[in-house]
Amino acid sequence: MTMGAGAFSGKPVRRVEDPALLRGEGTYVDNLKIEGMLTLHFVRSPIAHATIRSIDASAARAMPGVVGVYSATDLAFPPAPALMTLRPGAVRPALAEDRVNFVGDPVVVVVAESRALAMDAAEMVEIDYEPLGAVVDMEDALSPDSPVQYESIGSNVMIGLRSGSDDPLAGADVVVRGRFENQRVAVVPMEGSAIAVDPTGADYDLTVHLACQMPHMIRGVLSGLLELEPDRVRVIAPHVGGSFGGKHLSAEGVVAAKLALELGRPVKWVETRSENMVALPHGRGQVQYVELGLKHDGTMVGLRCRMVGDAGAYAGFGGILVLGQTKIMAQGVYHIPEIAFDVGIVVTNTTPMGAYRGAGRPEAAAFLERIVDMAADELDMDPVELRRKNFIQPEEFPLTTVMGAEYDSGDYEVALDEALRISDYKGLRDEQAQRRARGDRMLLGIGLACYVEVTGGGEEFAEVEVHDDGMITVKAGTSAHGQGHATAFAQIAADQFGVPIEQIRYVQSDTARVARGGGTGGSRSVQLGGTAVLQTSKLVVERAKELVADILEAAPEDIVVTGDGSVGVAGVPSKAITWAQVARTASERGAPLQVQHDTERAGSTFPFGAHVAVVEVDSETGRVVPVQHFAVDDCGVIVNPLLVDGQVHGGLASGIAQALWEQFLYDADGNPITSTLAEYAMPSAAELPSFTTAHTETPSPVNDLGAKGIGESATVGSTPAVQNAVVDALSHLGVRHIDMPCTPERVWRAISDARIGTLPDPWREPRTEMAAFPKEGASEEELERGAESVNL
Amino acid sequence: MIPAPFDYVRAGSAEEAVALLVEHGDEAKLLAGGHSLLPLMKLRLAIPSVLIDVGRVHELSFIEEQGDEVAIGALTRHHDLETSSLLKEQVPMLPYIAHQVGDPQVRHRGTLGGSLAHGDPASDLPAAILALGGTLVAQGPGGRREIAAVDFFKGFLETALAPDEMLVEIRVPKAPGAGWSFQKFNRRAQDWAIVGVAAVVNGTTGIALVNMGSTPLRATAVEAAVGGGASVVEAALLAAEGADPPSDINASSEYRRHLATVLVRRALEEATS
Ligand SMILES: Cc1cc2nc3c(=O)[nH]c(=O)nc-3n(C[C@H](O)[C@H](O)[C@H](O)COP(=O)(O)OP(=O)(O)OC[C@H]3O[C@@H](n4cnc5c(N)ncnc54)[C@H](O)[C@@H]3O)c2cc1C
Repeated sequence: MTMGAGAFSGKPVRRVEDPALLRGEGTYVDNLKIEGMLTLHFVRSPIAHATIRSIDASAARAMPGVVGVYSATDLAFPPAPALMTLRPGAVRPALAEDRVNFVGDPVVVVVAESRALAMDAAEMVEIDYEPLGAVVDMEDALSPDSPVQYESIGSNVMIGLRSGSDDPLAGADVVVRGRFENQRVAVVPMEGSAIAVDPTGADYDLTVHLACQMPHMIRGVLSGLLELEPDRVRVIAPHVGGSFGGKHLSAEGVVAAKLALELGRPVKWVETRSENMVALPHGRGQVQYVELGLKHDGTMVGLRCRMVGDAGAYAGFGGILVLGQTKIMAQGVYHIPEIAFDVGIVVTNTTPMGAYRGAGRPEAAAFLERIVDMAADELDMDPVELRRKNFIQPEEFPLTTVMGAEYDSGDYEVALDEALRISDYKGLRDEQAQRRARGDRMLLGIGLACYVEVTGGGEEFAEVEVHDDGMITVKAGTSAHGQGHATAFAQIAADQFGVPIEQIRYVQSDTARVARGGGTGGSRSVQLGGTAVLQTSKLVVERAKELVADILEAAPEDIVVTGDGSVGVAGVPSKAITWAQVARTASERGAPLQVQHDTERAGSTFPFGAHVAVVEVDSETGRVVPVQHFAVDDCGVIVNPLLVDGQVHGGLASGIAQALWEQFLYDADGNPITSTLAEYAMPSAAELPSFTTAHTETPSPVNDLGAKGIGESATVGSTPAVQNAVVDALSHLGVRHIDMPCTPERVWRAISDARIGTLPDPWREPRTEMAAFPKEGASEEELERGAESVNL
Repeated sequence: MIPAPFDYVRAGSAEEAVALLVEHGDEAKLLAGGHSLLPLMKLRLAIPSVLIDVGRVHELSFIEEQGDEVAIGALTRHHDLETSSLLKEQVPMLPYIAHQVGDPQVRHRGTLGGSLAHGDPASDLPAAILALGGTLVAQGPGGRREIAAVDFFKGFLETALAPDEMLVEIRVPKAPGAGWSFQKFNRRAQDWAIVGVAAVVNGTTGIALVNMGSTPLRATAVEAAVGGGASVVEAALLAAEGADPPSDINASSEYRRHLATVLVRRALEEATS
């Protein structure tokens, strides 16, 4: 086989990661054994909001195998890190100090010889709580009467801000209005949070094995919190069993690191599933008041959004996403000349909010695609035609949107046409009409979503070295936790060196072995890390060519990478030397064939697509079955279609799950009532339809690969497509909206309400507090916040 | 996720298990497939101090003909019900229902006796045995006694078994030609039923409801209506009569009542078609 340019890139190369995983050779944190390692277990608050009157840990301390029991008063722990600060003063202590703010808040930590001993001892810790009233509902938290979480701030509103157009609906012939709940969901990675911290190594004060996405960033944060030199701390992200935006340095992780230093012994904390459901930050959680103004012919005139964002307890950073990604993507794929966007971000006595697959962009696509469908119903237009009429056109890119986003490239109509073609949209509509005419029990719903989202942005590091044996080590500062970078990056490098994939050794996720890096989040890795690998490989190849020109006494411009693992004179097979020889010569001459390189800062990329979801609704029971899903996702130039489809399939499962099944719920007192997988309705393969995926490829001009992110896109597109399909199935009955998740009971109620004429208005005015928020233009600070929140 | 400490003893026979129950009294629990008991223990909602493991009492794992009935040992796993050719021939509803229980892992561990003795109104197999008009055989220190399925379920997770009794056998009438239907309504394949209906039409009509009250229930109003000549549609409207369905995160009581009428109608239609 001839290798070289294009031999691997773009091809469905099988994942090189899988054999080890399939053989059970994963390096997950809990598999790690370190001599003398202790285990932590946390005593967590069973009450959503309370002051801590007293803690009695004496019985626990006396238990066999217990090394120590600590509360915030026993040891000075540093605060839990916030990825982004919503408001100065809204800090989270690593262990609760005088009060607890959500069920699951860690209060006491037990250190013991084994996990079972730690759990037994934890049962013996007596904590006396004095309950305070809890605020659970994010809209209630807007009220000045809600029980305040931060006395020093005096309000549960962390950010209240009005921005944009003063009168976005002026000139509209028709205004459609909806109040949409984008419900709170749990991240549910297969592996929970996990950390092992070893203070006994010779080379580092602390070696941290952490299930996470961004080891270098976490090294910086952790060394700062513990007042250690960053180069005395090593952070390793071993195999990570999924993260989806969820796994960073947690409060528990800070406690583990502090205790390892304090005790001088390795310690480990591995979350149980029960803990994971309440301790790992949740995602989404917005209430969206949306009004869209249009002309009679369907031309969009303006959009007014008034949004409430739930930050959960301790001002979880996910609360800011409504002001970041949701706001910046509010315009979506359409020309909307005027947009007003008001936001209230509140703390509640619930699990803190964080990032979850899509992090603010699914919420934007969800409200926009919902309101567009409502408009199509109102104007009696086909939802396809209404969308088509308002699309931003291909020749307009690059384009700065009303919201200030710098869209790089796009062709929304091509993606839509492809989705309509592969789904046989016309045929589906015919079938729907026939079923309605026959009065079939099983109603057909066809849902459409056209989306654009934002990924990447920033810079990345790579290092490439050719060794004396011809092996090539590729390192990147991104940190895969399931995505398949070892495969994709090897493809990119192998093409530059004209070698088989097996000749590439990939190294990542270890601060001791990779000099620096931005980690993985916001679907940034191929576009930034892949570009870094590409550029660095090219720099190495350039150096090799010079060297070979010198050895072979030829002109450097005549030297090429051959297709069989050598470098030589173009068209003269006898005049070529292998990569091993090149590397040896380089070493002999005192400059090993190795290059470290950082890419220049690149702008964000804007993947887009069109999804068509098909559902059947049982009109007697309200049960919804997703029967088909057609996804056209454009992520620019594709490095590996197999990996892309893997990301799309996973994204579809997450997105469809939000539309139909998942919601994290609390009772009125703040007790979680979906904290096991029996109650939290995460679907399995049995519930999901077969996926039909397709791609248009519109290159991004902002990076050398022309690539855009794909890790989250399918989540962005699928949720509104499915929700729209459910509403579409019932639209002939007069139903205009059903909130997510579209559970059988909700759908049944909509059907029965429609039959007896008691359908509720999908609109009501938001709470009056929103109107009193200060008005701001798009300030620098906001835009920065928006940009910062890209990389989660 | 880790149960409180407990002692573990293994019983080799029903007699031994009963003797151990007598010895340890209230502190003890029988452990069969563990798929109801162990989750409760892991959440520390059940804290028995002694577990008497009957999982290897192989003599109580059987499916065999006994005259007009099929007798099933209490330790028979759901998977064995699912795949039994005798049951498929004589009581085909039972393998069908067993196949709807949880997932393959659950079906390879859970036992028919455990499911009945646990008495969970949300479970499928109790409704099956109720609709089929089965008989349960309990063994205590004084020997064996028979309990009709309709007399077995007493309250939420409460049965007619005395603390020192073990369920050893379940008998169901042979009915190869009977009409039957099982309608399980849930959100995910591996979930318990939000509402379920088991119907058997064989001269008389037996209908049992899953998750419509604190115990597995017979839909007696529907049975009487069908017996009195009512149409399927009319009879089905009585599905929730006398039931007291719970409201929970999956469904309100009102919605469960509605589902019961739809599912009973579908079950009767299928069983009589
Ligand atoms: C994930 C999951 C999903 C499930 N889904 C379903 C479902 O969809 N439908 C459904 O019906 N069930 C479901 N189950 C429950 C499953 O069927 C259980 O196996 C069954 O309910 C109990 O049987 P067991 O043998 O496991 O009993 P165990 O858990 O061992 O025991 C249950 C109780 O019965 C007592 N007991 C057991 N055997 C006897 C006996 N012979 N005599 C007296 N007392 C006894 C025990 O002491 C204990 O109190 C599910 C379980 C799980 C874990």
